Amino acid sequence: MFFAPPGKLKRLGVVGLNQRNGDYISKLNRRSDYPKVDNKLITKQLAVSAGIAVPELYAVVETNHDAQRLASLLAPYQDFVIKPAHGSGGEGIVVVDGRQGKLFRKASGQLVTLASLEHHVGNILSGMYSLGGQPDHAMIEYRVRFDPLFKDITFQGVPDIRTIVFKGYPVMAMVRLPTRTSDGKANLHQGAVGAGINIATGVTHHGVFNSLKIDHHPDTGHPIGGHAIPQWDVLLRLAAGCYELTGLGYLGVDVVLDADKGPLILELNARPGLAIQIANGTGLAPYLRKIERDGDAKAPVETRVAYVEKYLADTPQD
Amino acid sequence: MQWHVPALAALLIATATGIAGYKSQVLGYPITPEASIDTWLVEAKLGFEAIGGATRATLKVPIDPPGYTVLDENFISRGYGLATESAEASRQAVWTTRRTSGNQALYYRARVVRSSEPRPPIGVPALADVPEYEEPFGAAVLAVLDDVRARSADIFSFATALVKEINATPPGPNVTLLVNEATSPQQRAALAVKMLASARIPARAVYGLPLVDGARDIQPRTWLQVNNGERWLTLDPLTGTPGLPDDVLLWWVGEEPLFDVTRSRNATVQFSAIKSVEPALSTAASRSRAENASLANISLLDLPVQTQNLYRVLLLVPLGALLIVVLRNIIGLQTFGTFMPVLIALSFRETQLVSGVILFTLIVALGLIIRFYLERLKLLLVPRLAAVVITVILLMALVTIASHRMNLEIGLSVALFPMVILAMTIERMSIVWEELGAGDAIRQGFGSLLVAAACYLLMFHPQVEHLVFVFPELMLIVLGITLLVGRYTGYRLTELRRFRDLAK
Repeated sequence: MFFAPPGKLKRLGVVGLNQRNGDYISKLNRRSDYPKVDNKLITKQLAVSAGIAVPELYAVVETNHDAQRLASLLAPYQDFVIKPAHGSGGEGIVVVDGRQGKLFRKASGQLVTLASLEHHVGNILSGMYSLGGQPDHAMIEYRVRFDPLFKDITFQGVPDIRTIVFKGYPVMAMVRLPTRTSDGKANLHQGAVGAGINIATGVTHHGVFNSLKIDHHPDTGHPIGGHAIPQWDVLLRLAAGCYELTGLGYLGVDVVLDADKGPLILELNARPGLAIQIANGTGLAPYLRKIERDGDAKAPVETRVAYVEKYLADTPQD
Repeated sequence: MQWHVPALAALLIATATGIAGYKSQVLGYPITPEASIDTWLVEAKLGFEAIGGATRATLKVPIDPPGYTVLDENFISRGYGLATESAEASRQAVWTTRRTSGNQALYYRARVVRSSEPRPPIGVPALADVPEYEEPFGAAVLAVLDDVRARSADIFSFATALVKEINATPPGPNVTLLVNEATSPQQRAALAVKMLASARIPARAVYGLPLVDGARDIQPRTWLQVNNGERWLTLDPLTGTPGLPDDVLLWWVGEEPLFDVTRSRNATVQFSAIKSVEPALSTAASRSRAENASLANISLLDLPVQTQNLYRVLLLVPLGALLIVVLRNIIGLQTFGTFMPVLIALSFRETQLVSGVILFTLIVALGLIIRFYLERLKLLLVPRLAAVVITVILLMALVTIASHRMNLEIGLSVALFPMVILAMTIERMSIVWEELGAGDAIRQGFGSLLVAAACYLLMFHPQVEHLVFVFPELMLIVLGITLLVGRYTGYRLTELRRFRDLAK
């Protein structure tokens, strides 16, 4: 089948980009709240002051002059991540997981020079990865040592867990698994695998790779389903709490599981993508309608998470 | 909120349809670019032989002839002073000169076009005095009028019956007495006017020219008009046939002679007419100016030609933008830069489509090669962009020179490409190339080019170009549709494919 019949998608409650933008983002997300998520520095500061766990910030590079001091900024750290404060879609992120003499080893195993990192930081500063090309800042932060839970179904990189939080209620989640194609990045449109997660229990089911349903990781061949994510209720509370943090009614929360520090908020997204529906094999609309009907956005985080665990184990029926 | 956008869009679309409909149906603005319309150039030549001394020549000229609009007129005379005098229903040109002799020729020329514009009713004119007749004529007139009155219902049928009575063969005894000497249509009309005055009906004789293409000596013909209290109704003074034929241009009204020249001999007036076919557009524009239609005041057709040409192009941009809106939000295509394809399409106007596509591909391909080299120099973003712009301009110059050497005219138009847009395209394409691979970059580049070609085909279709320029109000329709698409929350075509696995 080349095209899905639109009537059938509608019955399944699949949300399209136009509906996401017109019915949810434009109504629930105030423009003035966007900087809180688009600027990862602000997100980080907000999260730290609210007591929400995030990867530690090592340094911020604001000018090309700072960039020349990159060597000394990086000196204390064996491994780190460089990312643009205004990046989108995971672009412009470089993960260094070790040093080899004067060279730095990227997550893909490729060795790069300091000059190449400086050039990359320069590109970030001049706005190459920011929306609209405005000048940007580069952040250097803690590299997450990811929980071995996903090591069988990950090819390099850091798998992260994307949760859609609607009016403060986590409604759908997936884990994004880097592949050889995605160059260790956890973005579906760059070729990562998305695996659907039962939002109430935190157990994975099948996955999606390049918009196609799969059951095994394309690089490692291990089954994707049946992994129970530890500390799932902690993760749900973390994600739900981001609603109070930002005020955004339609929010994507990216969490990583660190082997030592547990779930950490990696970044927030005011325009989360829709592939999560393919990963979960179901549309978002029934969940959103149920929350719109029953959900109380003013309820405390604990109440909201309890509601999710109790009522969203199966796709709601209208 | 639910109804706001649809209501606004409906209002915009209705307004635009109304204005465009009025302009095309009433003002005659043509819908197709080739539409043409017949205009007539009518000339009256007043010739005479001056016998010396001061001469004053008058000639009746048309004033607001029914069924026609005078687009423009001019008076041609050498050495004469000219004035025009208008009375209620007639107008005359008055030429004067202090000293002249020999054969003289004065011309009046009018360019007219048929018009179906309805006219406002005019009031009842002043009644003429009841004429006095000597006996037995008075008794005959009364007898005829009584007879006619018995057979008629209103003013017009009264006049028709009277005309038929006057022209009856064989004539009745009373009529014979009256028409005795009145044999020409002119005299019969005059007789009817006089008899209608006795019946207290305002009537007049009018003179019109049957327009025949190429005719050099058109004889004016006489019609009879009666006023029914609202407007003048025309009938033939010989047959009583109602109405003025469509091809007749009413020239003057009343008993006064067509022309009058003092101190002259052998004065004559010769009428000629030539039909010419003119583009309907310019005729419609000058007609609505002549008729003082308020909408004509906001027409682009009055602007200087250079500005007109600018708007011819500018008004096409909204159409391209609408196409982009549809392709992106309903089809779901991705392009480099939101409106980049529209700008590329604009430059295709000069280069033509095929050579435009070839040149564009050539420049972008060469630019990409150089951009990949620049990547290795590790330049900062803005200097790198500037370097790409400079490279693009040099490449354009090289392509132009090369094609000039090879006598390929088309290469010269490469200079019309928007180089900054080209540079941005190259930059974006190289980033996509590096991050997502060559396949994605080429696919997106090809998609952009395809969209640009689609924009070109839509925007520069002669019919579309004509419509948006003559009816710029159609932009409101484009705006309305854009607003409607702005509230479209259904699936995009590409999403039906993207989510096809879910529907299994």
